[in-house]
Amino acid sequence: MDSPILPEGVKRCSLTTFLILLLPCFALLAWGGLSAVLCLWKGLNQTNMSNVFAFALWIVFDLAVIALGAGAFFTGFLTYIIDRKELKNIINAAVIIGFICYSGAMAMLGIDIGQPIRGWFIYWHANIHSMLVEVSFCIGCYLIVLIIEFVPIIFENRKLNEIKPIRLIGHNLHEIMAVFAATGAFLSFFHQGSLGGMFGVLYGRPFAAREGFYIWPWTFFLFILSAIACGPCFTILCTKLTEFISGKKLVPDNAIQTLAKISGWLLSFYIVLKIIDTLGWIYGVVPRAGMTFMDFYREGPYGVWLVVCEILICGVIPAVMLMIPRIRQNGTWLVVAGILNCTGIVINRFVFIVVTLAIPVMPFDRFWSYVPTWQEWGIGLAVLGYGVLVYALSYRYLPVFPKEKELNIIT
Amino acid sequence: MKKDHGHVGKKYGMVIDLDKCTGCGTCMTACAAENNVSVRKDESDKERSITWIQLYQISNGKKFPDTRYSYFPRPCMHCDEDGRGGHHPSCVSVCVASATKLDPHTGIVSQIYTRCIGCRYCQAACPFDARYFNWWDAYFPKEKGLERYLSPDVSPRMRGVIEKCSFCHHRLMRAKNQAYAEGRREIEEHEYITACTEACPVQAITFGDLNNPKHKVHELIQLPTAFRLLERLNTKPKVYYLSTKDWVRRLADNYRPGEFKRLSKGS
Repeated sequence: MDSPILPEGVKRCSLTTFLILLLPCFALLAWGGLSAVLCLWKGLNQTNMSNVFAFALWIVFDLAVIALGAGAFFTGFLTYIIDRKELKNIINAAVIIGFICYSGAMAMLGIDIGQPIRGWFIYWHANIHSMLVEVSFCIGCYLIVLIIEFVPIIFENRKLNEIKPIRLIGHNLHEIMAVFAATGAFLSFFHQGSLGGMFGVLYGRPFAAREGFYIWPWTFFLFILSAIACGPCFTILCTKLTEFISGKKLVPDNAIQTLAKISGWLLSFYIVLKIIDTLGWIYGVVPRAGMTFMDFYREGPYGVWLVVCEILICGVIPAVMLMIPRIRQNGTWLVVAGILNCTGIVINRFVFIVVTLAIPVMPFDRFWSYVPTWQEWGIGLAVLGYGVLVYALSYRYLPVFPKEKELNIIT
Repeated sequence: MKKDHGHVGKKYGMVIDLDKCTGCGTCMTACAAENNVSVRKDESDKERSITWIQLYQISNGKKFPDTRYSYFPRPCMHCDEDGRGGHHPSCVSVCVASATKLDPHTGIVSQIYTRCIGCRYCQAACPFDARYFNWWDAYFPKEKGLERYLSPDVSPRMRGVIEKCSFCHHRLMRAKNQAYAEGRREIEEHEYITACTEACPVQAITFGDLNNPKHKVHELIQLPTAFRLLERLNTKPKVYYLSTKDWVRRLADNYRPGEFKRLSKGS
């Protein structure tokens, strides 16, 4: 039925099958939509957030997807600025994943604030000392950059491309894409960093507080590094998942291997710095606050196992796996390393948000627990549904993978 | 106690004598009534209750007959710094929309309700948990007659914004207006005190200008029994406590083994 708008020379399932496969996404979006309406209409009392857990599931989702979406700017940087030509075969997928992650995060943030209609106050009454202002400005601008990067891919749709002005706009945007890639890298550097800075500057909470360089706590630099270490891996995982579901090879191995190798080196560098940072924190910030390392892990479910899991199992192990060519060239091990890498970064964001708030600072205060409501899950998972939907639509109707036709010749 | 604030003007602060506090909760009630603090039909979920001055019960953790209890009233600390030498309190430096400010002339940390976007970053930044979010629309049950007690001097807060202790800032405005009407430039010590100070039945709370040697608080904070909550975080709170009991003082901050210095040989 929709064959005239499908890319030329590639095979796609029938529209009916496609829509049936997308039903879970529609269900998630409906669940999220209902949750969003309830939160906007009745307020944030629909969540289980509290005066103790000011940040919760949504902020974890936000920071996680923004880190995972870093593949867009970093792959863009490698493709257009460093001129790694093989990455042109995966850059479209990276851009689309980035767009999904950032737009999803922005939508979630819009619901997370108590007065959404005052959201523009961040720009109007900006407090230049706040890391969150830097985050808001950079993410807002970068989302515009992502839209500009996404538009030419949309314009490559077979039917749209037949319209001359659209074709010309798309072509010209392609020509100057290096400018947007550079802008995106610049903006992303600051918002990924300031997301880390947001927690490093919580000097009143020794669990999150960090020393730093000038106004930037070490978390500023660690968040940038961790994002560019896991972002490419998330792009690889999404591509591999698309290949698995479609039963086709979509990206040449050299592009995947380039990303995996760079990701491995960056993750190794990050993990070394993360270990140094953790040691610096244990022997610097923690004793100054009158505490010991174990004081933070005595109550509740958040034990030392989180540190082991984040740094060792989901940090050192995938870093080593991605560094060794023989392992990363094996499809299964590559996926395992990618999953571990991404999980480690998500744990890192979770720890900085939820564990920071769960641990009381006043010695006589108690440990609080938090379990998200179905409305919180609904909005969080709706981003997943939205992501899969946009990605699936893009794959179906746009030439996301330029080598798809070449790698899968229809006989 | 060394003077560690750079204020040249006034620096309003509070001294709470924990040895006198009985934990009766009058300060909390007076504060809520004075400042139009919204209530809920069911206040059992304490994680979402709004209590500008929160009363904590603390224990020495010993078994009977050595068990001892004390009470720790905790208003907003009206910090002076962020803990790393930055001249903004932790909550002020993080606020995205400049909705909370430190007044350099009074030392009071204000909250602008109509500017707050409800991102709650300030809550995350405050180690004292002194900031409260309005999870519901403001509610003052008519059937209980509560709406008749609403103060015309304090604006009620809308849903989705942060609120906190203001050191009854409207009382300062009222005192200044009175002084102006009488042709005076300065207000007297007794003319501006907070509602909790006024209501405390055992006079455990003293309020005044910490920088003014004529004020009682200035004298009290020099006492060897004076201390502040989480002092080593270096946020420079303007709320001081007094206690002769070492175990109470010990619970006011985090100490590694051997760090705490006892005031007395006993207790």
